[in-house]
Amino acid sequence: MPKIKIDIEKCKGCGLCILYCPKGHIKQSKSLNKKGVYPVGFIEKDGCSGCSFCAIICPDLCITIYK
Amino acid sequence: MKKVLMCGNEAIAEAAIIAGCRFYAGYPITPQNELPSYMSKRMPEVGGVFIQSESEISAINMVFGASLTGVRAMTSSSSPGISLKQEGISYLAACELPAVIVNIMRGGPGLGNIGPSQSDYFQAVKSGGHGDYHQIVIAPASVQEIADLTMLSFDLADKYRMPVMILGDGILGQMMAPVEFKSLKSKVKSFGKKDWILDGCKGRKPRIIRSLLLAEGELERLNLKLQKKYNEIKDKEERCEILYGDDSKVMLVAYGTPSRITRSVVEKLRKTGKKIGMLRPISLWPFPEKEFKKLAKKVKAFLVIEMNCGQMVEDVKLAIDCSKPVYFYGRSGGQVPSESEIIKEIEKIYE
Amino acid sequence: MKDAVTHYCAGCGHGIVHRIICEIVDELDIRERLIGIAPVGCAVIAYDYWNFDVTEAAHGRVPSVATGIKRTRPDKIVFGYQGDGDLAAIGTAEIIHAANRGENITIIFVNNAVYGMTGGQMAPTTMLKQKTATTPLGRDQKIHGFPLRVCELLSNLSGVMYAERVAINNPQNVLKAKRAIKKAFENQIKNVGFSIVEVLSPCPTYLGLSPQEAVKWVGEEMTKEYPLKIFKDIT
Repeated sequence: MPKIKIDIEKCKGCGLCILYCPKGHIKQSKSLNKKGVYPVGFIEKDGCSGCSFCAIICPDLCITIYK
Repeated sequence: MKKVLMCGNEAIAEAAIIAGCRFYAGYPITPQNELPSYMSKRMPEVGGVFIQSESEISAINMVFGASLTGVRAMTSSSSPGISLKQEGISYLAACELPAVIVNIMRGGPGLGNIGPSQSDYFQAVKSGGHGDYHQIVIAPASVQEIADLTMLSFDLADKYRMPVMILGDGILGQMMAPVEFKSLKSKVKSFGKKDWILDGCKGRKPRIIRSLLLAEGELERLNLKLQKKYNEIKDKEERCEILYGDDSKVMLVAYGTPSRITRSVVEKLRKTGKKIGMLRPISLWPFPEKEFKKLAKKVKAFLVIEMNCGQMVEDVKLAIDCSKPVYFYGRSGGQVPSESEIIKEIEKIYE
Repeated sequence: MKDAVTHYCAGCGHGIVHRIICEIVDELDIRERLIGIAPVGCAVIAYDYWNFDVTEAAHGRVPSVATGIKRTRPDKIVFGYQGDGDLAAIGTAEIIHAANRGENITIIFVNNAVYGMTGGQMAPTTMLKQKTATTPLGRDQKIHGFPLRVCELLSNLSGVMYAERVAINNPQNVLKAKRAIKKAFENQIKNVGFSIVEVLSPCPTYLGLSPQEAVKWVGEEMTKEYPLKIFKDIT
């Protein structure tokens, strides 16, 4: 099953990946990263299709897709 | 040896080709139009690039681009156009890129007129763009010297990695005289491997050529590095010609076209027994301060002759720390000082 | 692309465009003969992120610098990266004439309708009624003139071989933008001539919107003034 990995220290918390994840599997985290922003996190549950929308729209190269 | 009859503007162009210049961009403006015309014919013959750009601003930035690939590059213009190039010259200086810029000066300010002038002296030697930088400024006084010094200008630009300006005036640009190029060809120096150019990062780390230096202290470090270079240039590259430096009471100071008239005045007055000499700066930056300091100990006064309202006269005063009287005579707005006018000025101060 | 955290604000489109370019450079295997030119504007330090030879041009002069490089080294791949202030205001003469000469270069034009680096002033591409630091009541055509449509303008020039406007407001459009930019590079490799890709890009900070709202604004508002399409393709 495809999985995504998010580099939370690079994440600026813009949330574009949240907006475009067709499955709603990305959410804003409740804890701050070292930059002081709330990064996004991947909710591991069934159904990530590996569409890569999140990685394609991410302006900061934070997201890697494993298929 | 065979000589060719050509005007100063053409002599610059041909000498540049001999020096290995392979990129020229410029915009039409009188009185330097013979230069781009000549280049438009010659550049394709030697496999070089000629571009008539949409503006002087664009031309100097094209030169910036050509220079950063390691090609010897040049642009030319006249006073109002040179004002537009100041932005680009500042960037060339900051990025330490070699380039030769020709200014065949005309009357100013504003659109002025197309008569010969030296009204851009300040802009050239103090460096007219923004920031803490210098350009080397070379002032030829004959068509042959134009050719010789154009060769030198390309060498200096490469050696010190900086912009060099050839500062002429409308008369020098238009005047026709026999020029000999053959001996120049033997003087072409190989300009060495340029290990800073951008040509794609094959087999090496990527390079960056830039002038935005935001990190704390980074820009000051560049400025101090440039100052070190400028001091070396002041030390090694001052150039001038001196006539009757040993026994003159009054030393005339002139460059470019006025130096030709002044030379003739000096020879005439010498025949009448007057102890008059001339110092002709060939490099206007660096200003030949060392020779001025030596002469200041011997002469009674200096008389600076310019085709402007008094610009170089300030540098003469600075060079000698005002240790002797410095007089000035100049004509501006495209007017040229005559021999009789200069002689009249000398008579006022010569005892 | 270097492994660096960019200085761009959260949700800024520059990061996406930078990444697209770097992916294409690798796909076309042109890194070792590539020279990029960074503009003045937010993308001025793009060389901190791009892992190839880069120079930086004075404000608006990217097309002239690119001309100087490409004409002396036609074997190199030369691209300019310009913002809306750089290309469509201070550098209007340079872009029009480089395009009209048909220089064999690639221009990536990032249009976010505002000056970012200097603090959100009106850009030539600012939309009517859009509020900026210098149009506090919104852009009024009577006072500030109209938004400048660059692709429409340039595609009229005979020297332009390829002009397309894309947007990066959603993943589908990012992929389309990548296809367009790739084509613009391929054109140069094939010596086709002048190619420009205009990229509508979000600037959440100076639009006064959240990153999510900003991409919606690009998709819904900006594209009304700046339709996404191929304006010219004679490749």
